Amino acid sequence: MSIGIVSAAYIVAAILFILSLGGLSNQESAKRAVWYGIAGMAVAVFVTVFGPGVHNLFLILVAIAAGGFAGWIVAGRVQMTEMPQLVAALHSFVGLAAVFIGLNADIMLHDVNALLAANGLDRAALALLDPTELAQAGGGFFGELTGFGKKLALKDAAEIGILKTEVFLGIFIGAVTFTGSVVAFGKLAGRVDGKPKKLPGGHMLNAAALALCLALGLLYLTGAGIWTMVLVTLIAGFIGWHLIMGIGGADMPVVVSMLNSYSGWAAAAIGFTLGNDLLIVTGALVGSSGAILSYIMCKAMNRKFVSVILGGFGGTSGPAMAVEGEQIAIDADGVAQALEDADSVVIIPGYGMAVAQAQQSVSELTRRLRAQGKTVRFAIHPVAGRLPGHMNVLLAEARVPYDIVLEMDEINDDFPETDVAIVIGSNDIVNPAAQDDPNSPIAGMPVLEVWKAKQVFVSKRGQGTGYSGIENPLFFKDNTRMFYGDAKKSLDELLGKIA
Amino acid sequence: MRIGAPRELHDGEARVSMTPASARDLRKLGHACLIEAGAGLAAGFTDAAYEEAGVTVVPDAATLWAEAEIVTKVRPPLDEELGRLREGQTLISFFYPGQNAEALGRAKDAGATVIAMDMVPRISRAQKMDALSSMANIAGYRAVIEAGSNFGRFFTGQVTAAGKVPPARVLVIGAGVAGLAAIGTATSLGAVTLAFDVRPEVAEQIESMGAEFVYLDFEDSQDSAATGGYAAPSSPEFREKQLAKFRELAPEIDIVISTALIPGRDAPVLWTRDMVEAMKPGSVIVDLAAERGGNCELTVPEEKFVTDNGVTIIGYTDFPSRMAAQASTLYATNIRHMMADLTPAKDGVVNHNMEDDVIRGATATHRGEITYPPPKPKTAAIAAAPKKEKARELTVEEKRGQEIAAFKKQTKDQIGLLAAGALVMLLIGAVAPESFMSHFIVFALACFVGFQVIWGVSHSLHTPLMAVTNAISGIVILGALLQIGSGNWLVVFLSFIAVLIASINIVGGFLVTRRMLAMFRKS
Repeated sequence: MSIGIVSAAYIVAAILFILSLGGLSNQESAKRAVWYGIAGMAVAVFVTVFGPGVHNLFLILVAIAAGGFAGWIVAGRVQMTEMPQLVAALHSFVGLAAVFIGLNADIMLHDVNALLAANGLDRAALALLDPTELAQAGGGFFGELTGFGKKLALKDAAEIGILKTEVFLGIFIGAVTFTGSVVAFGKLAGRVDGKPKKLPGGHMLNAAALALCLALGLLYLTGAGIWTMVLVTLIAGFIGWHLIMGIGGADMPVVVSMLNSYSGWAAAAIGFTLGNDLLIVTGALVGSSGAILSYIMCKAMNRKFVSVILGGFGGTSGPAMAVEGEQIAIDADGVAQALEDADSVVIIPGYGMAVAQAQQSVSELTRRLRAQGKTVRFAIHPVAGRLPGHMNVLLAEARVPYDIVLEMDEINDDFPETDVAIVIGSNDIVNPAAQDDPNSPIAGMPVLEVWKAKQVFVSKRGQGTGYSGIENPLFFKDNTRMFYGDAKKSLDELLGKIA
Repeated sequence: MRIGAPRELHDGEARVSMTPASARDLRKLGHACLIEAGAGLAAGFTDAAYEEAGVTVVPDAATLWAEAEIVTKVRPPLDEELGRLREGQTLISFFYPGQNAEALGRAKDAGATVIAMDMVPRISRAQKMDALSSMANIAGYRAVIEAGSNFGRFFTGQVTAAGKVPPARVLVIGAGVAGLAAIGTATSLGAVTLAFDVRPEVAEQIESMGAEFVYLDFEDSQDSAATGGYAAPSSPEFREKQLAKFRELAPEIDIVISTALIPGRDAPVLWTRDMVEAMKPGSVIVDLAAERGGNCELTVPEEKFVTDNGVTIIGYTDFPSRMAAQASTLYATNIRHMMADLTPAKDGVVNHNMEDDVIRGATATHRGEITYPPPKPKTAAIAAAPKKEKARELTVEEKRGQEIAAFKKQTKDQIGLLAAGALVMLLIGAVAPESFMSHFIVFALACFVGFQVIWGVSHSLHTPLMAVTNAISGIVILGALLQIGSGNWLVVFLSFIAVLIASINIVGGFLVTRRMLAMFRKS
């Protein structure tokens, strides 16, 4: 296959990727969009494998088959509640691959240099030759090079400099993404404690490590060997690990989308290294997608991106407002009675629903209430759960129709006309302190105004505060009743009382 | 205390201020009840029924006035009744102290206490004794019934074997208690009902009763909270606009029920002669404001007549009296509630508490003094309506100014960003070789496309978006594929692993996205 055909195929693939992302604007077109993505990927991989300058076909097929099989197994087995972990884990793969490719680029650069020296050629002379002369130069060694090797051989000094910068960037971003995603995976899977943790020195340590990386990068540019890049890999890995360790579980939606963005930028950097436009385009698409998601998530929490990255809730300006009143418990009978009388019900799911795996029970409750002619809707806060859109996926899995699942802005005005609001495993996203208490750590964060409903039931494991450790005045309001217990068990008990 | 109800002397008045039922309740408060013989007959309550309820029936008015310490009436007292008032006696009745200065003076001179039922303040606590509302409710209902009996067609639209009947179109002017009652009655009979009021905040009440609010686009609308829930006179400009609107409506309206009254004034003329002339023959106008001159220019109080173009105009002033049984029951209950407030201990002793907002407000004379008009009640009757959005007051120029300013700012920001971006590009271009720049252009364009595309992604699909971007970021596999053919074993090894994990990414990412998307379903 000629270079021309490969380039044409890359254009097709790039367009298919753009269509694939654009198609996600609604649920129906999304089902088609994913096929665009698959087709784009197939085209890209196929023409590359069978394109010029690619050898070791057998190894490639083995690797693709093995990897594909593993991916198929994982995708088939994963629970929808485990989606955040899976996404984080997949990000780490992209990061690791980027590191390897970056290192390879440097190794190959050395090899090509050595070959050129051995054959008594220099780059300036090589650049003047036309293709047929090139093929014969140096006893035909040129023809033996891979496609990437040929490109390396033809680069001039300035281009080599740029290449080294790109290698450095690719390795750095890739390593941060790798270890960061591994830690995020651990936190989301519950294998690493979700609380923010930092080594002594905190962000100064990160800054120092970053400075060290930059210094090593400069050394590398000025001709130092591959050891600098190996060191950069290790240090950047440390930065990724330390950075994400310092961020708490509730900020995970931002972290995951940020890592998503990084994996894109890493791919783009590799694309520059290899001079491959498809990699650049795809990396940029993914990178900007992740950046926008991070922005949306930060906006939904009314937090600055920087303060999320620097970790922890900080900067309260005074004591939080004292909460008056007491939390009043209610049993399943009481909730069933209230639901019996209600005409409109809004359910506000949160991470707790995912933890308790209660989405099926929620769906069943919805189905029965709807069968009785009641209006049942879902209110989804943008940062509910641990992944952007996490709740939507869980509810979809439980066969809740997506047209009754509404965004915060769509439903917030309807709470005053709502008879019963049921909060299932969410806390900060329904905290009225965000609006009432200027000293609250979450002051100004947009929240679902559930307390305006005539009656609010909160399904919660116990009396403790939520992840952020902030007291929630909602639980103490006159129209709020606490429905204690594991969300799934409570709901199943409730289902027993509703026909 | 002995509470007595005389027969109403006013011509054609059929109501009575005490019913057997209310008398029973009054006796529970510790009072004794008297009634003039035959007082309840016109409303359907016989003397025997009263006696059964423990009421003493006295033969004539003179005896009643002499024996009762508290006299209850419906209509304001006539001359001869005023003459019978004596010191220490209390009269509870409609009194209209504002328009009845002479009667007020005579009551004062007699040393009697007058509680005017029409002066009960409009606060929530006093609603149970708000006789104006209970009478207005009846009047509104009766007005529609009266209109119906003079209207030659159905109210409701019907499609019958004998042909199609269009629904009657009813316009209710003034959405006070009477107006709302009329709206309710008319809509429940099936008429298409329109309603107008100068107070825009009642639009919601009108719509809740099932009528369509006739919207008048006028800036200086009234806020009735300041006037205790009643309408105030409107400006000439507003009136002009209002009349123009009515003129426009007149030809298509079958029934007009006008209830527009402003406290202490003559009724405003809202339905002029030309509007009557524009109406179709057979149409009916019921003027509930007839007693105060009428909202319709042609209204003759107390009479019903047909105009030259066949429009029936009803100016009766005694609608409540036409439903005497109902009206008496409600009015007597209002009086009973007033008495309950006056005898808080339920021991038959009246405690005329002048500190109480309701009692103070309704008292017109007390112990030889005129206590009208009452001071402002301590509690505001109705919460002031929140000030409507100020933004509306912006003139067109100001609005345009703001828009231009916002546009300019946006333009500035964008140009700033573009300039900064271009500068960065130039700087990079100055040092970077051409081959790099061509890739860089691709990169910049791709970022731009990415930003444009991702903003359109639905919030609920953010998780599938992450999964699919994950899958396509597996495109790094291309890098590894291009390197795997190298002769260096280390490169081959690293590339092999890279291809492997990137494949996991691609296959896993796409499959899981498909799984998720397949789950989204519509109801």
